[in-house]
Amino acid sequence: MSVRVGVVVFPGSNCDADTAWALARAGAEPVELWHEHADLAGVAAVVLPGGFAYGDYLRAGVIARFSPVMRAVAGYAAAGGLVLGICNGFQVLAEAGLLPGALLRNRSLRFVCRDVTIRAERVDTFFTYRVPAGRVLRMPVAHGEGCYYADEATLDELERDGGVLFRYADDEGNPAGVEGRDNPNGSLRAIAGVINAAGNVAGLMPHPERAADILLGSDDGMLVLRSLVESAAARAQDGPAIGEGGAARFTPRAAGMGR
Amino acid sequence: MNAEIVATRFRFAVNVLPKDGILDPQGRAVEQSLPHLGIAGIGHVRVGRRVELAVDAPDAAAARGLVDELARELLCNPMIEQYAIEVLGAISAARGEAGG
Repeated sequence: MSVRVGVVVFPGSNCDADTAWALARAGAEPVELWHEHADLAGVAAVVLPGGFAYGDYLRAGVIARFSPVMRAVAGYAAAGGLVLGICNGFQVLAEAGLLPGALLRNRSLRFVCRDVTIRAERVDTFFTYRVPAGRVLRMPVAHGEGCYYADEATLDELERDGGVLFRYADDEGNPAGVEGRDNPNGSLRAIAGVINAAGNVAGLMPHPERAADILLGSDDGMLVLRSLVESAAARAQDGPAIGEGGAARFTPRAAGMGR
Repeated sequence: MNAEIVATRFRFAVNVLPKDGILDPQGRAVEQSLPHLGIAGIGHVRVGRRVELAVDAPDAAAARGLVDELARELLCNPMIEQYAIEVLGAISAARGEAGG
């Protein structure tokens, strides 16, 4: 029986179908979660897909934050549930305060839509344990507001505590500078994705679901999605359902999955 | 004509700007266009957002309190932006009178 993974659908989401397809490919049974319902239908993980939730009005992600489904997602995350935000989904998680930092307008002021190279800064998380250490990942970005920002103290704290999950890099895996082609949006410290201190909520600007088959130019995104789906499956088997008597006990490290 | 005033409509503007020191690519783009326009002597351009709204409340302090809450919770992301509230005016609404 495959594990059920929720894909939130906001008005303006446009990567939900691709994300569901890629999750199914990673072994999950995708479940659409409509933004007006505060019910997560008992899923074992939640993905917030890319798009332009609520038209990106005011600031990308901010209006989605007040939707019924996000109240449920916030409670789910607080109880230890696995949540992954991709692109606009990352912006929603940042605006909701579930992840640190903010996504500003790209330094170039241009919408950037092309393949980038990122490296996983941690391969011991629910979202990355399938990524071979030292391997760079190729996947597309497509956003106008992806410039990761946090104040210096927060950035230092993230670096120290393992909060940086992905960084833009060159093909050899050397981290990108703030300027230059390897950093598509001018993100500080070339941060492409972050993970919360508890390790159960993560977000990234690149699109793993658009790198889900070699026919699409890369299937590196499957390393991320498989990590998530397998973590969700292991946790669902291992412990009580999230929000029904405590967080599940499964961790990639305990299961010998990390390196 | 001594109708009871039940609520007053207060009009505000909330001006949201990037915080000092935060990268403002829009402001920079405007600034970089100035030489092409032949305009000199202008700098420190920052581009923000202005939101105008009306609040029905018993008094000005209550109205301003609501606007402040809205600004903090929604209109402004305090991590990257700052805001200032501007009072635009007030219209009293009277019960039982034409147009009240």
